[in-house]
Amino acid sequence: MSTSVSGTGAGDLALELKGITKRFGAVVANRDISLSVRRGAIHGIVGENGAGKSTLMSILYGFYQADEGDISVGGKPARINSSRDAIAAGIGMVHQHFMLVDTFTVLENIVLGAESHALLEPNIRAARAELARLADEYGLSIDVDALAGDLPVGEQQRVEILKALYRHADLLILDEPTGVLTPQEADQLFRVLRSLKERGVTVILITHKLREIMDITDEVSVLRLGEMVAHRKTDSTSMQELAELMVGRALDSTDYSRNEALRADASTGIDVQDLVLERDNGTRRLDGVSLTVRRGEILGVAGVAGNGQSALLDVLSGMTAPTSGRFVINGREAGPDDLPSPSEMRDLRINHVPEDRLKLGLVKAFSAAESSLLGYQRAERFNWRGVLRLKSIRRLCASLMADFDVRPADPRLRSASFSGGNQQKLILARELDKSPDVLLVGQPTRGVDIGAIELIHEKLVEMRDAGCAILLVSVELDEILSLSDRIVVMYEGRVVGEVDGKEADKTTLGLMMANAHQPQQAVAS
Amino acid sequence: MSEWLPSVFAVLDATLRVSTPLILAAMAGLFSERSGIVDISLEGKMLAAAFAAGSVAAVSGSVWLALLSAVLVSVALALLHGFACITHRGNQVVSGLAINILASGLTVVLGIAWFKRGGQTPALSGDARFSPIELPFAEQISDVPVVGRFYADVISGHNLLVYVAFAAVVATWWFVYRTRFGLRLRAVGENPLAVDTAGLSVSGLRYSAVAICGLLAGIAGAYLSTAQNASFVREMTAGQGYIALAALIFGKWRPLAALLACLMFGFLDAVSIRLQGVELPGIGEVPVQAIQALPYVLTVILLAGFIGKAVAPKAVGVPFVKER
Amino acid sequence: MSINTASVPLPAWLEVVVIPILNLLMALFSAGLIMLAIGVNPLEALGFMIQGALGDDYALGYTLYYTTNFIFTGLAVAIAFHASLFNIGGEGQAYIGGLGVALVFLLLDRYLPAVLLVPLGIAAAALFGAAWAFIPGWLQAYRGSHIVITTIMFNFIAASLMVYLLVNVLIQPGQMSPESRAFEPAAWMPSMKAALAPFGIDLVSTPLNLSLVLALVCCVLVWFYIWRTRWGYELRTAGFSEPAARYAGIRPRGVIVTAMCLSGALAGLVAVNEIMGVHHRLLLNFPAGYGFTGIAVSLMGRNHPIGIVVASLLFGVLYQGGAELAFEIPGITREMVVAIQGLIILFSGALALMLRPLVVRLYLRVKPVESLGPATA
Repeated sequence: MSTSVSGTGAGDLALELKGITKRFGAVVANRDISLSVRRGAIHGIVGENGAGKSTLMSILYGFYQADEGDISVGGKPARINSSRDAIAAGIGMVHQHFMLVDTFTVLENIVLGAESHALLEPNIRAARAELARLADEYGLSIDVDALAGDLPVGEQQRVEILKALYRHADLLILDEPTGVLTPQEADQLFRVLRSLKERGVTVILITHKLREIMDITDEVSVLRLGEMVAHRKTDSTSMQELAELMVGRALDSTDYSRNEALRADASTGIDVQDLVLERDNGTRRLDGVSLTVRRGEILGVAGVAGNGQSALLDVLSGMTAPTSGRFVINGREAGPDDLPSPSEMRDLRINHVPEDRLKLGLVKAFSAAESSLLGYQRAERFNWRGVLRLKSIRRLCASLMADFDVRPADPRLRSASFSGGNQQKLILARELDKSPDVLLVGQPTRGVDIGAIELIHEKLVEMRDAGCAILLVSVELDEILSLSDRIVVMYEGRVVGEVDGKEADKTTLGLMMANAHQPQQAVAS
Repeated sequence: MSEWLPSVFAVLDATLRVSTPLILAAMAGLFSERSGIVDISLEGKMLAAAFAAGSVAAVSGSVWLALLSAVLVSVALALLHGFACITHRGNQVVSGLAINILASGLTVVLGIAWFKRGGQTPALSGDARFSPIELPFAEQISDVPVVGRFYADVISGHNLLVYVAFAAVVATWWFVYRTRFGLRLRAVGENPLAVDTAGLSVSGLRYSAVAICGLLAGIAGAYLSTAQNASFVREMTAGQGYIALAALIFGKWRPLAALLACLMFGFLDAVSIRLQGVELPGIGEVPVQAIQALPYVLTVILLAGFIGKAVAPKAVGVPFVKER
Repeated sequence: MSINTASVPLPAWLEVVVIPILNLLMALFSAGLIMLAIGVNPLEALGFMIQGALGDDYALGYTLYYTTNFIFTGLAVAIAFHASLFNIGGEGQAYIGGLGVALVFLLLDRYLPAVLLVPLGIAAAALFGAAWAFIPGWLQAYRGSHIVITTIMFNFIAASLMVYLLVNVLIQPGQMSPESRAFEPAAWMPSMKAALAPFGIDLVSTPLNLSLVLALVCCVLVWFYIWRTRWGYELRTAGFSEPAARYAGIRPRGVIVTAMCLSGALAGLVAVNEIMGVHHRLLLNFPAGYGFTGIAVSLMGRNHPIGIVVASLLFGVLYQGGAELAFEIPGITREMVVAIQGLIILFSGALALMLRPLVVRLYLRVKPVESLGPATA
């Protein structure tokens, strides 16, 4: 397994991991991971969501302690039990969510924790000089007196890099650094990383974007399901190979997708036109999305998490009003000012299986019966003038549990005590039971065991065959491929491609998701 | 002019006296809340400290021992608050409330058990109290119109702790904005994760902050029983801890603004006594209770965002959980 | 490696019975240390307290009279807690509830019969309490001001308002003490003695009145509302998880305002016991800290009506027993009860989780494997 890059002596290694394993309860987040990072290299680590990248980085920065395995930094064995240890070992980390104090100036953020003098002023003065030097050396100029919270994200990230350099880090780890950046900002970042490399700083770049890996790294390691499955020199691999390695689990899944002919004249269930959703800071979660879902069809929405799929579900389910754009859902028109509420959506026979089942889909402290009522507490079936019909609620829950094989089939158990798969089956059962015309589904099998996946897929297909229009958001390519009649790929808030479910293959989709596909496949927008 | 000037000066003089415990307590609260720990137990810490000072002063006759014991008791309660909120991630409001109620009960229980005067401590005099200090040249320049009289009547002639309170504001400002510790303190109340990833101890910083809070609240308590008054009286804080909290919010968690809020609330207090039964032109008689309630009403209005916006330290009230 | 004990589930009897009792014992143990410090034998004191609180009809009557107040304020805190709101304003809401009672009776008690006056008084107490809680609730929901701070401020504002009204407006003419005139007997909440006399039950005269029945009815109603109606369901959903509430089509703002109003109404009912049942006039400071005790009661009773009744009874015993104790042992005062209350809030509330890791470790030693992880994979 550990095909570490040859030709490197131990003394040349900036970082070496041997047999790192980390468990959370019964879940193994990292299994027997070995990794060698050459001094002065830019080393990429790629993997899907949930492949264990973040856990590994948290171990390196002292957030977690590995259950097994050894870490050496710069050839010396290291024990990293806290951020302090990591900093002392010369590791700098640029977290995905920046660790900045918004109300502080850039200078204050940079000296925080690295002040050598008890008074602030001498520290600030020293930092000002040092930052001027760093700006010269690495092209990292920044307004050091601006408040961190006022800076655009690209510059906030620059502050994080400067923080690490100010602490004399010679190993810089960046966790999904371009996720929040514009392409221009990303280019700037890469220029900075190259100049860091020229001056001997080792860089570890964690990303799921293959194009970045190809552009900037010297070596690359691939994580899949918590295991390190391959190490390659970047110039001797290709995006295709990496995409396959990354998503590669060859589950022989059933292809449920149907031919175009079978659904040619089906009417429209969802028709979305130019939907835009802006964050408070003006950046866009949805950036002009248009798509349609017909009745009796599953439209798969593929994409790496965080590219606008969640926002799409939020808007279509009535939870978040869009900034602009309109959509028609089950015959009802909606836009920024006339968005039906989630309960009105349910009345319109539009149901929603949310992505985050623990936060939205059920209430952990509720009994299964109570969770099986969530969203339908106003329905006449379940209450009489406000008084809950507990018997029928419990009876319904029991029958949902029987239909969807939820175990243990006890409506009185706390929702939290069910496994992920059984929680998910309960939520799906609740929503499908109302035989909706339109179904919005987010990550239906995330963290769900294999047996449950099959059942969930069959139930969704059953609904589709009954004429329901289904919008399926999933980061699992296998799932998308297996279920979808048509597939759209989202990237940075936009639909960047559409493929027929029958014709799609994993590699093409993987490349589209990483926005590395050939231009002719893109939808002109 | 000269006929109303003395009464204005008298009000200002009283303002300084009643503001002093508010100022000390507000600075105490500032340290705690800036570090991310909500502190509604200023009231309880002051009360316990006032009792400790009153008792020790009565027994030992030394005001310095009294001050020391007030500070020790208050710091102990502050650390208890820290133990509940920082170490055990308990609810900060519940913990603060517990300390207030505990102090309210215990001061009377112990007071009666020890001194048998219905909860009061014996009256203090001489070295057992902080006595007024005549500032230099007060006598000499008191003849200078306005300025001289102001210096002699308003500024001079207070006890040491009044001046300590004002010094505490300057010191707090200096600590919070000019030292390494202050930078870390402000950071830990805004984004503890940033502090943790910078290699600093969130718990350590918060414990030091609540300890400083205890120190200042202890001085405030000692002022009540050994400077402003000549003994401890049951419930003698009478909500001043909450007023200080209101002033802190009103000052948007900044030392100088909080000082001004304390002076304003103190002024309202000083003036309300004098306005009793007085007809104001155009308004009529203003009920003294309306003036007493004004600090609370103003704070509510401020918090509701109707006059400016009081933005609390972002992480205040949230226990720091490191594991994600 | 240490395990993360917070995520280990414990069986209900440990969570709901054993840990709360251990917390209570720690509080009482600390109280015992304080008694030792002032030279009182804690066991002797305990004996006097129990005797003084439960020893005879008279004692029991007083104990249950205090219990009544604590049930109201405990329920008030609990219902807000279920919506994850911390209402510290019970004291002020009870106070303003008293104002409602007084206004209604001062206007009407000479014209209406008891059958109308008593329900009107109850309604006024609830309504005025609710109104006083509505403002902080609304400010939290729509203006984002923190409910804890606002309710604290509202306690003080209520106190100032009541002093003003009693001294200047409602005071009985020609009297020195700031009290309203006494209400006509038709407006009184019947005492328990009077209510039970027709059934041949002869009680000694104590402040205990039919408000206790009202309190118990409120327990049932609150239980029913929270666990048996869709509004209660929505309130709990919003309290546990705001995103889940929004997903379920529940408006969290509406829940906040509703929960605060109900909470305030329950706190306002303290006035029924105190003003309608005992004092028969409006007077200064009648809530006497009952609103704050409600927080301790709710914490101890785990926000459940049954637990609240048990905890209220315990605090009733503490209050009444504490008063008797002050009679029996010189050198001890009833403020001891306040100190004990503080200790109970400390150990049952702020330090509620202190012993849990220890209990988890002991539990795992006895019963190691199966308790980890979900029920089924």
